[in-house]
Amino acid sequence: MSEQKKAYEHVIRERWCKGCNICVAFCPKQVLTLRNGKVFAERPDQCIGCRLCELRCPDFAIEVRERGSGEGESRDASNVDYEIKPEAHHD
Amino acid sequence: MSDILKYFRQNRLPHIWCPGCGHGTVTGALVRAVGKLKLDKNKVVVVSGIGCSSRAPGYLDFDTLHTAHGRALAFATGIKLSRPELKVIVMTGDGDCTAIGGNHFIHAARRNIDITTIVMNNNIYGMTSGQYSPMTPKGMLGTTAPYGNVERSFDLAKLAVAAGATYVGRGTAYHAVLLEDLIEKALLNKGFSVVEAVTQCPTYLGRKNKIGTAVDMLNWFKESAVNVKAAAALPPERLAGKFLIGELHNQPEPEFTAEYAALVSQVRRKYDNFQGEVRECGQNSD
Ligand SMILES: Cc1ncc(C[n+]2csc(CCOP(=O)(O)OP(=O)(O)O)c2C)c(N)n1
Ligand code: SF4
Ligand code: SF4
Ligand code: SF4
Ligand SMILES: [Mg+2]
Repeated sequence: MSEQKKAYEHVIRERWCKGCNICVAFCPKQVLTLRNGKVFAERPDQCIGCRLCELRCPDFAIEVRERGSGEGESRDASNVDYEIKPEAHHD
Repeated sequence: MSDILKYFRQNRLPHIWCPGCGHGTVTGALVRAVGKLKLDKNKVVVVSGIGCSSRAPGYLDFDTLHTAHGRALAFATGIKLSRPELKVIVMTGDGDCTAIGGNHFIHAARRNIDITTIVMNNNIYGMTSGQYSPMTPKGMLGTTAPYGNVERSFDLAKLAVAAGATYVGRGTAYHAVLLEDLIEKALLNKGFSVVEAVTQCPTYLGRKNKIGTAVDMLNWFKESAVNVKAAAALPPERLAGKFLIGELHNQPEPEFTAEYAALVSQVRRKYDNFQGEVRECGQNSD
């Protein structure tokens, strides 16, 4: 079996991302861009898995994983809206 | 990273910090170091004072305490003395730690009490909108220094070493791998450990001084920081305007709560063996 190049995928937590551009600017392989003010992995195949984006992100909004690591969906609360609506009422 | 999310109060996120603020990167580095050391989160206490930086413990799922401005180390000292088995971490800002809290800082260092102090140094009072701090470099602008700061700034690492800290390191939000490594070593040191984490406040320091975006500020750290190992081989003129990063001091010495416990048991033994006759009294002075 030939040595296969490792492939990576990105877990992005859009609700936490503030679009500061830090991960985009310092990615050594220009993998990432901003789209509508949020990070987006445009060229995931170029990713070398250095994880610098993940370590520098001030908002814990991006994570890099080896593809096929079998970790499944990221289990985080970034899609839960914890805000209590002003019109909320309690009976 | 999902593995470190268990240390967060995820329902408090996204955090309050501005886009590009370095405080989140430093908080991430601390959490990763704690995760690497597999510390039991029920045995970790994180204490802070007041400031944007001091908001950090509110996002962390340890036992946390958000105290009065400058007083994090005073509260932390009480916690550590009463429960020496706990891992006590202080998260503080340059203003919180070196201005109003400066006295607590030097005395905690002098005692060598086993507390890991992470100073998020953004060279400014962020929370109150950009007044200069004791760590604002000379010449830089702040809302209270509209023509440039005329005061000299502290070198926090030198201050910590001179006051008696036994582990001192400096990293930046750009050098995130180094920062995590320094925090890990600081957590392992049994004694007073200080990690100065140079971070960016794009909203006030950056804007006031026209440094640009968070990315520009990180580039500024990249260009101005010199690793202490590399610095040893450089002539002094190449170090002008630069600052050192890396492990700057590591010299273990007897730790305060251990010394205190030893004293307590020594005194207790003495009185337990007391047989009567003229009592040698340890505390009665009247
Ligand atoms: C006793 C007291 N004095 C002054 C203040 C106002 N105050 C709040 S935060 C702060 C400065 C915080 O600066 P720093 O520790 O550098 O934190 P940053 O916001 O830069 O992260 C000041 C002076 C206060 N809250 N309490
Ligand atoms: S560094 Fe984090 S917050 Fe900033 S753009 Fe990238 S993912 Fe978003
Ligand atoms: S892991 Fe490295 S190469 Fe991949 S996106 Fe992040 S910074 Fe870029
Ligand atoms: S004011 Fe400065 S220190 Fe405070 S959150 Fe904003 S960028 Fe960070
Ligand atoms: Mg500050």
